[in-house]
Amino acid sequence: MSRDLRSILVDALVRQTKLAVTTLPDDVKNAIKTAYEKESNPVAKKILASIIDNYTMSEESGRPMCQDTGTLIWYVEVGADFPLLLELEDIIKDAAREATVKVPIRPNAVDPIRAKNSGDNTGRFMPWINWEIREGDDVILTLLPKGGGSEFTSQLRMISPGLGIKGVKEAVIRAVYEAGGKPCPPIIVGVGIGGGADIALKLGKMALLRPLDKRHEEPEVAQLEEELLEKLNSLGIGPMGLGGDTTVLGVNVEYAYRHPATLPVAIVTQCWAARRATIRVTKDGEVEFLSHNVKLEDIKL
Amino acid sequence: MAEYHLKTPIPEEEIRKLRVGDILFVSGRVITARDEAHQRAVEYHEEGKKLPVEFEGNILYHCGPIVKKVDGEWIFISAGPTTSTRMEYIEPTFIKYFRPRVIVGKGGLKEGTLEALGKYGAVYAIFPGGLGAKAALAVKKVVGVEWIDLGTPEALWILEVENFGPLIVTMDTHGESIHRDIEEEAKTRLDDILKKL
Repeated sequence: MSRDLRSILVDALVRQTKLAVTTLPDDVKNAIKTAYEKESNPVAKKILASIIDNYTMSEESGRPMCQDTGTLIWYVEVGADFPLLLELEDIIKDAAREATVKVPIRPNAVDPIRAKNSGDNTGRFMPWINWEIREGDDVILTLLPKGGGSEFTSQLRMISPGLGIKGVKEAVIRAVYEAGGKPCPPIIVGVGIGGGADIALKLGKMALLRPLDKRHEEPEVAQLEEELLEKLNSLGIGPMGLGGDTTVLGVNVEYAYRHPATLPVAIVTQCWAARRATIRVTKDGEVEFLSHNVKLEDIKL
Repeated sequence: MAEYHLKTPIPEEEIRKLRVGDILFVSGRVITARDEAHQRAVEYHEEGKKLPVEFEGNILYHCGPIVKKVDGEWIFISAGPTTSTRMEYIEPTFIKYFRPRVIVGKGGLKEGTLEALGKYGAVYAIFPGGLGAKAALAVKKVVGVEWIDLGTPEALWILEVENFGPLIVTMDTHGESIHRDIEEEAKTRLDDILKKL
């Protein structure tokens, strides 16, 4: 039974990886479509049209929408009574190896000391797993394949607490300005505020998991998101940095209480190919998609 | 913003007609090269060795594709552009030695390349970043591959493409660069936004 569950899981994660790299979630597609309709710069509009064209072709042909299929970042929310809790890390590594060949995804795990690509998307701490253990006997697994071009422009800024929220806004605006066309705009900006250096970055990346049509539940934070969105778009960087109204599709802010002497601001930049997919697996091996309206067996390898 | 359908080999005078903002769709010969292939090509030339491919008149594409071998044949699965700026240090020399007519990538190149484009008659065009499926579907045939020892993303892939585009000319032979203009404009806007915070 538990051997069966293991192979069900590996197979589900491989298919989930395929879905993630070929099919954008609806909220991202809608945001791109809305941007296309509103864009007034003709070159920018042409680029947005070709992005829509590309994600449609990707979905229909089963080819990864971008050849950079990213670093495999997993968010695992697992019930303490899930039978394979202790095997999950191994299962995720096996799925990465299999997905590299079967999807296929690009081998993107490089040893930074020896400059060697492992060839199968696994290696020390790779895929990266963020763990959350709670009550229950099921598991929810979210994959965020994070592109390297947009990760390159992410930043951490440790600012003086005295600068307050105005300093936070300035940090975000400067980071997006400095990123320019490099992260393949229109981008999504995950902002992590407070905690500590590592916590802010974690929160910034986690903020990317929130759908673009959902604002933060606290009105002050939601307002900050909207203000930043408007200001970032007025930079005029535009799609691919060639100018236009659409630099940013969305800004998601997450925060933690901070130390009195420290105000960390993490700015995590995410390209328009904001790929993510979530599944839930029960202890009996039933698999359902939470991020997409699709059935596991419909995803062909 | 004119639209052109070009076929390789592209004559130099055709390239000199192009202006930034023009849209291109190209058919014919495309060769991929990233960091390491640029480096090796320039070394070959300086050692008097002949390259296994001909760039002159053709398209140089900054791309590290996902490829797959099926029944002995290479297939392009996904093949969007990679960031061109990494090649800035070597691109002017590359243009001088090998004379590609159109350089395709993303993110743009800098002043050194802009000067070489004007001098040797070539343009830089972006293919929008992330359009991996669209690019791969424009590849009609993988004609060959060289320097595969560099790994599949870094190898020289020789491709026959049909209507590969939209390529947007962002640096032309007349010294114009959209990248430079937008950077300057964004800086002015940044100062203005920060003043009003």
